[in-house]
Amino acid sequence: MKIVLEHISKRYPNRDKKVGGVFTAVDDFDLTIPDGKLIGLLGPSGCGKSTTLNMICGLEAPTEGKIWFGDTDVTNLTPELRGVGMVFQSYALYPHMTVRQNIMFPLENLKGPDKLSKDEMLRRVEEAARLVQIDELLDRKPNEMSGGQQQRVAIARALVKTPKVLLLDEPLSNLDARLRLTTREEIRRIQRETGITTIFVTHDQEEAMSICDEIVVMERGIIRQVGKPQYVYDEPDNLFVSKFLGTPPINVFEGRIERESLFIGTQEVLDVPGALDGPVSVGVRPEGFVPEPDGPLVCKLIAVERMGRDTSVVASHDAHDGVQMRAIVSSDARIDTKSDTVRFRIRPEKTRIFDAETGERIHFFGETMEEPAEVMAREARANAKPVAPQTGADA
Amino acid sequence: MNTRSMKGWLYLIPAIAFLGVFVVYPLFDVIVYSFEEGYNSASQTFFGTGIYNYQYVLRDPYFIQALKNTFILVIVTVPLSTLLALLISVGLSSISKLQELYQTIFFLPYVTNTLAVGLVFMILFQKTPYTDGFVNQIIHFFGGSTVDFIDGPYWAKMTVMCIYTIWVVLPFKILILTSALASVNPDYYKAAKVDGTSSWRIFYRITLPMISPMIFYLVITGFIGAFKAYGDVVAIFGTNLNAAGMNTIVGYVYDMLYGNGGGYPSYASAAALVLFAIVLTITCINLLIQRRSVQTS
Repeated sequence: MKIVLEHISKRYPNRDKKVGGVFTAVDDFDLTIPDGKLIGLLGPSGCGKSTTLNMICGLEAPTEGKIWFGDTDVTNLTPELRGVGMVFQSYALYPHMTVRQNIMFPLENLKGPDKLSKDEMLRRVEEAARLVQIDELLDRKPNEMSGGQQQRVAIARALVKTPKVLLLDEPLSNLDARLRLTTREEIRRIQRETGITTIFVTHDQEEAMSICDEIVVMERGIIRQVGKPQYVYDEPDNLFVSKFLGTPPINVFEGRIERESLFIGTQEVLDVPGALDGPVSVGVRPEGFVPEPDGPLVCKLIAVERMGRDTSVVASHDAHDGVQMRAIVSSDARIDTKSDTVRFRIRPEKTRIFDAETGERIHFFGETMEEPAEVMAREARANAKPVAPQTGADA
Repeated sequence: MNTRSMKGWLYLIPAIAFLGVFVVYPLFDVIVYSFEEGYNSASQTFFGTGIYNYQYVLRDPYFIQALKNTFILVIVTVPLSTLLALLISVGLSSISKLQELYQTIFFLPYVTNTLAVGLVFMILFQKTPYTDGFVNQIIHFFGGSTVDFIDGPYWAKMTVMCIYTIWVVLPFKILILTSALASVNPDYYKAAKVDGTSSWRIFYRITLPMISPMIFYLVITGFIGAFKAYGDVVAIFGTNLNAAGMNTIVGYVYDMLYGNGGGYPSYASAAALVLFAIVLTITCINLLIQRRSVQTS
């Protein structure tokens, strides 16, 4: 089921009169979600991603805008009429019911022509339980199960009505690190097997990057960027997105451009043909530093951590916005650990420049390995991204 | 005995001494009194031991009346007050405007003096040759024949007693149930709503099981409280409860000790132990039912 969110906004009355008595949780959210994809709504807590999910679900009504499921305007429909299944962060499994009763609960609500016989219900429950691989545990109570198993029960309960859309609100945040890895693969597998359009809310960029077809990065109710995870990581539209994606995070320096040269502090580090003069924020991914004896970027060396495959260099620089910066370099790289300083060359394809005030991306030639002509073509493609901001309901 | 457990006992001494003097010893003494025939508290003498006190009490028509009154009170008020409290709490939880104001209003009777409330009830329900109480005025207005609820027929007095008891116990139950309702994770309701569950089914299948431990707590304490009714009865019908035919078991015990025909600690002890046995039995039955039906999460 293709979902179109047409300029939806959600405003709450706010007691704080300073902001006009209104709190805007979601602001002009415009997105088309293609059928059968796994989409991640990603952002820091309080960015409006859960509110957006609740609006898609029908638990909350948008203040403005329309929601379309296929050709149907569902803006004013209740959740059960929309045909959605939802998995809550707390799982919300009824503790007094067995797993079987929990999964059957949504089916027992069906009325009229949709009403199922008891046998049919039991068959559907078994089927859903098999899909999430908990068919051995149907007679247990939720509190007799591990977090990961409870999670599967919650997914089975959401899927048993064969919804057109599956919504997951922070589904992995209550699991420990190891379970999180396997469970997110599991969600991916279930999504592929069922082909249900799935929207998945998370604040963990790694989670979203690893399993989603497309990610939507949000900040304070606004979409900051939409795209394939790797594309958004490589080509962030703004400083917020570049800082939000990636572990370890991108290193941000204060810098300026003078006559097509990029300066960090007083050090001239990169040629940036095509960029205009002015103050900028420079983001360099940890893998964008290459240690060289006469590299242009001079940093204070704090520590060298060897971690098998890679070596992590912890250093500091006056123009860096944090306490320390982290570079990940190849383990063959020779670094003089006795020295106070370490010098780097920075790789243009791992360096992104943003306007110092607005945080918007400033492009320069040579920021990718591609030729300028290819950059133009890529820009054109980027404007026609598969998940593109939508202006009309051409569903 | 090693030092460690010696230390433990040392810390326990104040509590054990206090409980021993004021709880265990009196309890034990009551049992002893109840088997001593004709015990005289002034001369500290008695002339025999046996079950005579129990035989006397159980044949005493005043005790039988008190037993009957108490049972009616328990059977009528405990289920009714719990049900009413549940309805009011659900109502309170579902409104959003002025919820706190209403909660305060419903809680006010809890902090009001029992005797004052009793007096108000008496004035509301009474009927004297000179004036009709408010309730009788209403009955009169609708063309009914007026009844003296305070000094009239038994059923009328019992009705007032039950209404009064329900009114007095309601605030605490509402307080407990509203907080129980508020403690249910809203995600359960959201999940049920996503599945299109009707509000009655949400209440019956989700809310009720979730708050059932609290309901059972209220039923058990309600039973115990109602079996021990005394002050409320005095507040409405005065101290001469036997004459009014409205005595309760605790009232009977009190009368045997200090009332007009007082000075019979042996009978009082026997009656108190009968009450103890009843309350114990009922509480055990309650707990058994609870263990079977209440879901722990």
